Formats: sequence, structure tokens, C-alpha cells
Amino acid sequence: MNKPINKTGQIFNRFEAYANPMRFMALAQHLHFWVWAAALALLAWGFYQVAHVPPDYQQGSLVRILFVHVPAAWMAMFIYSFICAASLIGLILHHPLAYLAARAAAPIGAVFTLIMLLTGALWGQPTWGVWWVWDARLTSALVLLFIYAGYMALWYAIEDDTQATKATAILAIAGFINIPIIKFSVDWWNTLHQPASIMRLSSPALDVAFLYPLLWVAAGFTLLFVALLLTRMQTYIWQQKYKMQKLKQQWK
Amino acid sequence: MHASFTTTLKIGSALAHQHIKTSWRGGYILLSLGFLFIAIILLPFGVGAELLLLQKIAPGLLWVALLMTLLLSLEHLFQSDKEDGSFDQLFLLPIAPELAIAAKLVGHFIAMIVPLLIAIPLAGVLLNLAPAQLPPLWLAMLAGAPALTFLGGLGAALSLTSKGGALLTTLLLMPFYVPIIIIGVFAEGGDPIPLLILASISLAACLLTPFAMIAVLRPPLLHGVAYKDKENENE
Repeated sequence: MNKPINKTGQIFNRFEAYANPMRFMALAQHLHFWVWAAALALLAWGFYQVAHVPPDYQQGSLVRILFVHVPAAWMAMFIYSFICAASLIGLILHHPLAYLAARAAAPIGAVFTLIMLLTGALWGQPTWGVWWVWDARLTSALVLLFIYAGYMALWYAIEDDTQATKATAILAIAGFINIPIIKFSVDWWNTLHQPASIMRLSSPALDVAFLYPLLWVAAGFTLLFVALLLTRMQTYIWQQKYKMQKLKQQWK
Repeated sequence: MHASFTTTLKIGSALAHQHIKTSWRGGYILLSLGFLFIAIILLPFGVGAELLLLQKIAPGLLWVALLMTLLLSLEHLFQSDKEDGSFDQLFLLPIAPELAIAAKLVGHFIAMIVPLLIAIPLAGVLLNLAPAQLPPLWLAMLAGAPALTFLGGLGAALSLTSKGGALLTTLLLMPFYVPIIIIGVFAEGGDPIPLLILASISLAACLLTPFAMIAVLRPPLLHGVAYKDKENENE
């Protein structure tokens, strides 16, 4: 490793130290169990709270679906932003683990998007009277699912790994344009989906009794994402090692 | 290694001209026109040939038919060049490869997309499109078509090295085409603002996508070529 030239260099070197898969694996193996344990504990606590939320005066118990729907929607957008950031780091710094993180995160984000769409439909049927409407936010969320699908399909379709990393990174960055569209679609177009009630400049429009369980579930989902990401990245590195070992044995 | 403005223009127009010629000789233009009309002719069988219903949904049907035809025409954009090896020559030209690829896309736009746009009024007649509906629809298509073409070029570039083919290109491009078709349908009322939005998306796409395409397509071995030439000049 090069000697750090200045403070920025030092930070970069520390960051790039984890470009070495072996160093990453050492860290990941330490963290792996604890992240999983914390994620499951948080989710259990969050859902326990959701079960004890007072029923909404209009929606009754149906409101509980939203405690999965809203955090899943946050995760869907957060994970896409994560993929985009990781792709940028990969393109600029040639950081191999950044590409790996982006690749490993995509199916997790796609599943969260699917959860968001399904819970939204389940909630919409009794509340709005329809499973699906072509409203701005619903459409842009569906588009997000297709971006995830295209991103994963591109990974599988290109056989050469260096070509695949570049192509998928550029697709991820180009697709990022959809994230602000999803976020602001409810402000720009007045449509059926309600506007943001928590992530806004003034105080949240949600009672504390509803807000805290929601935040617990969101925190649980975030840790669950980190845990799944660590598992998937480790699995991928082990897979690569296994392939190398097999090649070595064939040579002998 | 920087060519003068006139040389750049000459090389660019030569590239565009060559793409137009190969599109014409390969019969791709007639094929895509044929596909557009087959799609238009099949639609009334699918939704019923009621004239009033057709008139109501004609603009949407025309947009979808245009998109489908455009998506299929993309396969021809880089494929034949890649197969015969002339594709790598793009990177050895004395002009920036971004400009070279933009010239190629302009050629594709003139050769493949303009004939489709010219055919749209005729296709509209088949769908009983009201004459008053045609000008705003046609203007919206004209304003949006460069964006569709250049984004399509990015899709074709992304799937060029893959085994996915046209299906993968469609999956990749669908998210990017959805906003354009939504805004395009907004423009039907003759309102100028959606038209301006479409035109600005087109301008942004023409400016930005060539850089993304080159980043995807640049052959790994040629990464340092321009840089090395500069070093040699100094010697």
C-alpha cells in the first residue's frame, strides 16, 4: 500500500484498504452474526409494537399494513441510491468490492420494491376500492421495479465480468433519475397516493403512537439489508474462491 | 490529436452518411416501416374496429407502435459494425469517439426514425385519427424522437456485449421510455409546456448519452491510446 500523502490520502487509503477482499472478509465475518442478531431483534421489537398500535379511526386494523409498506418503500429507494453510489465509487476509484456490493444489493432492493407494491395493492383494494391505479407514484414505483429487473438481467446477460461491471454501473447511474421522480411525484402531480407525512420540513403529520413503531420497523429493515448484503457478498467471494481452487486442481 | 472543426464536421457527416447508406442497402428502413404498419393494422383487430373508439385511443396506439418499431430498429445500430470489426475503428478516428458515436446516431435518426415520423400521418388515417389531433401529436413525436433515439443508443450499447439481444434492450429501455410517452400523451391537447419538456429531455439525452455510450463501449485495450499519442507528440 502507498504511503498516505496528506489527510485526504489517509482517508482514501483507509477506505481502499477494504478493496482487498481478504480484509473485507475478516471484518465481515466478525460483524456478520451481530448484524443479523440486531436486525432480527429490532424487527421483532418493531412488529411487536405494530401489533399493539391502536386501530386507526378510519382504517381500523388495516393501517398495520402501512407499517410494512412505508419502510419497504424507503428501503427500495435507499437501496437503489446505495447501488448508484457504489457504482460511482466503482467507476471512479476502481474499487472491486464496490461493484460487488452494488451487485449483491440489487436483488434485496428488488424484493423490497415488490413488497412495497404488493402491500400497497393489498391496502389499496379495501381503502381505494382498486388494486392498482395508474397514478404518478405507483407508476414510478413500478418503473423502479423494472429498473432493478433490467439491472439484474444485465449482470446475468454479460459473460465478461469487467464488461458487466462497467455496463451495469452506467445503467445504475442513468436510472437514478427515477428516484427524485418517485420522491416528488406526489408533490408535483396531485394524485391518489397521499403526499409525504414524515420526511418533510415541518414536523411529521403522524401521531407518536404510529411514528415510533414505524421507525423501529424501518431501522429493522435497514439492518436486515446490511445483514443480507454481508451474507450475499461473503457468499460471492467464497464462490469465486471455490472456482479458483477448482481451476488450480484441474491444472495439477 | 485534435482535429479542426471542419475536419470534425466532415468525418461526422461521413459517418452519418455511411450509416444511412447501410440502413438503406440492408433494407432496414423498409423492414421497420413494414413493422410499423403491421402493428397498426393488427391493433384494430385486437381492440375492435369501432371508429369512435379507435379515434379516442389512436394517439396512444401510435406512440406505442412508434416505440416498438424504434426498439426493434436498435438492434441494427451497432450489431453489424461489431460483427465485421469496423466498430473499433470509431475509437481510432482523429475526432473524439463521443462525437463519432453521436454522428452515427444522427445518421440512425435520419435513416430510421424520420421515415417512421413521415409515415405516422398515414398510420393515423388507418386508425381514424382526427385531423385536429395530428399536429400536436406529430410535434410531440418530433420533439421526443431524438431522446428516444439517443437513449435507445445507450440501451443498444449496454446490451451489445451481452447475450440478451432485443429482449434485454427492451427491458433496459422501458423505464427510460415511460416518462417520455407520459409527457408525449400530455402534449395532445396542444399545450406547449409538455412539448418544451420533451425537447429539453431530447437535448439533455443528445448531450449526455454519448459519454455514457463511450464509457460502456470503449474496448479495454484502447483505454490509454489517446494519452499515449500525446506523449509521443512531446517527444
